Amino acid sequence: MNITRLILVAVGGQGNLLASRVIGEAALLSGIPVRMSEIHGMAQRGGVVESAIVFGDAKSTIISDGEADMLVGFEPSETLRALKKANSKTVVITSLAPLSPFTVAIGKGVYPDLAQVQNIIRAKTARLIALDAVSLAKEAGNVMSVNMVLLGAMTQSKKLPISSEKMKEAIAATTKKAFVEINLKAFDLGFSAADKSA
Amino acid sequence: MHKLLTDSPGQTMLLLGNEAIARGAIEAGVAFASTYPGTPSSEISLNLFQVSKESDLYFEYSTNEKIAMEVAAAAAISGVRSMAMMKHVGINVAADVLMTLAYVGVKGGLVILSADDPSMFSSQNEQDNRYYAKMAGLPLLEPSSVEEAKDMVAYAFELSETLQEPVIFRTTTRINHSTAPVVLGNMKPRITKGDFKKDPFNYVTVPAVARKLHVKLLKNLEKAEEIAETSQYNFTEGAGTWGIVCNGVSFNYASDAIRDLKIEQNVKMLRIGFSHPMPETLIKNFLKTCEKVLVIEEGEPYMEEKIKAFAQEEKLTLPINGKGNQLFSRLYEFDPGMARQVIANHFNIPYTPPQIPDLSDAPEVPQRPPNLCAGCSHRATYYAVKKAAEGMETIYPSDIGCYTLGFLPPLSMADIVVCMGASVGTSCGFSKVTDKKVIAFIGDSTFFHSGIPPLINAVFNNHNFTLVILDNGITAMTGHQPNPGVDMTEMNLSGYVPVSIENLVRAIGVPHVSVIKPFNVKKSVSAIREALEFKGVSVIISREPCMLYAKSLKKLRGNRFQITDKCKSHRNCINDLGCPAFYLRKGQVKIDADLCTGCSVCAQICPEHAIAPLPRPLPEAERGVAGKKGDKV
Ligand code: SF4
Repeated sequence: MNITRLILVAVGGQGNLLASRVIGEAALLSGIPVRMSEIHGMAQRGGVVESAIVFGDAKSTIISDGEADMLVGFEPSETLRALKKANSKTVVITSLAPLSPFTVAIGKGVYPDLAQVQNIIRAKTARLIALDAVSLAKEAGNVMSVNMVLLGAMTQSKKLPISSEKMKEAIAATTKKAFVEINLKAFDLGFSAADKSA
Repeated sequence: MHKLLTDSPGQTMLLLGNEAIARGAIEAGVAFASTYPGTPSSEISLNLFQVSKESDLYFEYSTNEKIAMEVAAAAAISGVRSMAMMKHVGINVAADVLMTLAYVGVKGGLVILSADDPSMFSSQNEQDNRYYAKMAGLPLLEPSSVEEAKDMVAYAFELSETLQEPVIFRTTTRINHSTAPVVLGNMKPRITKGDFKKDPFNYVTVPAVARKLHVKLLKNLEKAEEIAETSQYNFTEGAGTWGIVCNGVSFNYASDAIRDLKIEQNVKMLRIGFSHPMPETLIKNFLKTCEKVLVIEEGEPYMEEKIKAFAQEEKLTLPINGKGNQLFSRLYEFDPGMARQVIANHFNIPYTPPQIPDLSDAPEVPQRPPNLCAGCSHRATYYAVKKAAEGMETIYPSDIGCYTLGFLPPLSMADIVVCMGASVGTSCGFSKVTDKKVIAFIGDSTFFHSGIPPLINAVFNNHNFTLVILDNGITAMTGHQPNPGVDMTEMNLSGYVPVSIENLVRAIGVPHVSVIKPFNVKKSVSAIREALEFKGVSVIISREPCMLYAKSLKKLRGNRFQITDKCKSHRNCINDLGCPAFYLRKGQVKIDADLCTGCSVCAQICPEHAIAPLPRPLPEAERGVAGKKGDKV
């Protein structure tokens, strides 16, 4: 089967490891070979967390620069930082809600302009789906559902070999009972936001 | 029930590499496990710790890796299947045991897990622990994938019992932290009780006995080599004349590259999973069928050197390459693109690498280094020490833990970090040869691990420095594991006896001991000043629970804070503390109320008294009930 390579980047605490878990379970439910890897040593100390997910008959669990079919950034400056993973055929999804790194507050860097970030991504990749995942998560009922919003957008893009139904089934099976309803709503909001941005 | 105890052979489960290893051990009937936590191995022990609460598996967090290995060795010598797991540098701590345990051997299976960390994602070096197997004369197994890791653990136990030797099981971060579907197998029953039979002429390693035991070890090594020759973990694929020898994750990158480059017909691959002792005949026969060989292994040229030696013995002159210019590096982890490129170069295959986007026109993205949490007590201690030491020329030896993150500006509170416990040992030397004030930092867990002997050394040799013990009551960095100072009743566990750091320090005879509460800035600064003025060894115990751990125990107290209109924008708060709850909006200092934990340190240092508590206490959600920040939704 064809190989699809997906990179998720986020700031520690944004829930990308749970998003990877959901995708993994959804792949398992769909009978699609999947392998993932993550670097999360410093997740809780505000560092960057990166997950790689490889669908199909590959043995590798990591993705080299220029080889991601899809790049999903939970935070816009992190999406830009990870853009070296993409190529001209990559679909990029990014949240537009910035989480300014502390280095900016102490004057050791400047947060990039959001419009410029989007223009650059658009110029260098096949498609950019940009949405404010934080607002959509709040609309769904929990600011922590940013990951579910982005799962919705990923599914809409049809770049992943996983259907909406399987993704939702995995959300119901993997996330905490009390949050399933909100999470599914967040998923739908992300899905339709991506639809509109097409 | 813990998911790793699921008794349904044949079921497919998505498992993290470390979970698969723990499951493999459970399937093999491991009955005794010990560790000192260290990334990337930590989730193996975390899972076994959880499983031990629901079963008769014995598990302990030992004080350091040497002890973890000794504890497990004794269990294995008594016939109980045991496992000691640690990160690669932990094997350095345990090396003393390892080298002679190899002479003594075991009865029940003993698997020693070494989690190596190529690229140093969370380590101070990237040493290649395969050399430990070679140095100790012990068998070495290395899996290539999550699924294989599970089955290979069971094999390791069998092998250990066949040879009556410990087996080293080496992983790398990309195995530990990869996830894949794994098919569950049967679980062997645990045999938890053993027996020790006196046998001094095999166990008491006085020179006369040890000389005999070394002979036994070498015989065992020959036996191991024979097993390695036909082990299912050393296999060949393909029938071409371009040879590729690989191990671990390199096997995955090589397999994918061969397919991507469409050279399946040309290549013959030898995957070495049982890599010490190296299967001599298998490799020699492989070399004889090849025109050219490429060795793909992360880290050191461990296999390459041996393979070249084998070729020399057989008078084979084919080119064999691995590390070098245009080839593979001894640095960092590999990736699929890199392996593809080197394979293409080496076998002269036309290949265009994927186009990496040209980002020269993109704005620079500000760095996002990991930072001490908002409300972390270490930040408060660092601030107080810095204030107390104002005007002094200082050296700050530091140690391994969350607090190492304090080396970054604006705190800049670490001048040298080497290994566990070295803050105290190096302080002895620095204070002798320089006239600067030496102030060392060590966490509670690291102090227990290896800070006590150097402190005794300091007292005995009458050195002159101040040691700050950052006692936050948990091993925070690796995910909040217990250490000997922890009150286990907070984890709802009984039967433990916590050790008091203060009593210990006093018992050693440290002449000047003080205890501070770092969130009380003024008192802390004056107590620290007094300790710094003392000539001789002084110890400050800075006691305040890890905020993140307190939050998980729902023990966070206090109000959140806000900036009032008294703020004159001196920015002392931001510039001196570097707390991530602060941010700037239109040049105005702000506090993110979602991140603030109410430590109040900033409020105490603001010259304008412009930081005041928010009227409301922390909402329930912030106190650690369901849906707390950072929790999985
Ligand atoms: S986990 Fe605990 S010790 Fe580590 S940075 Fe956070 S608050 Fe500090």
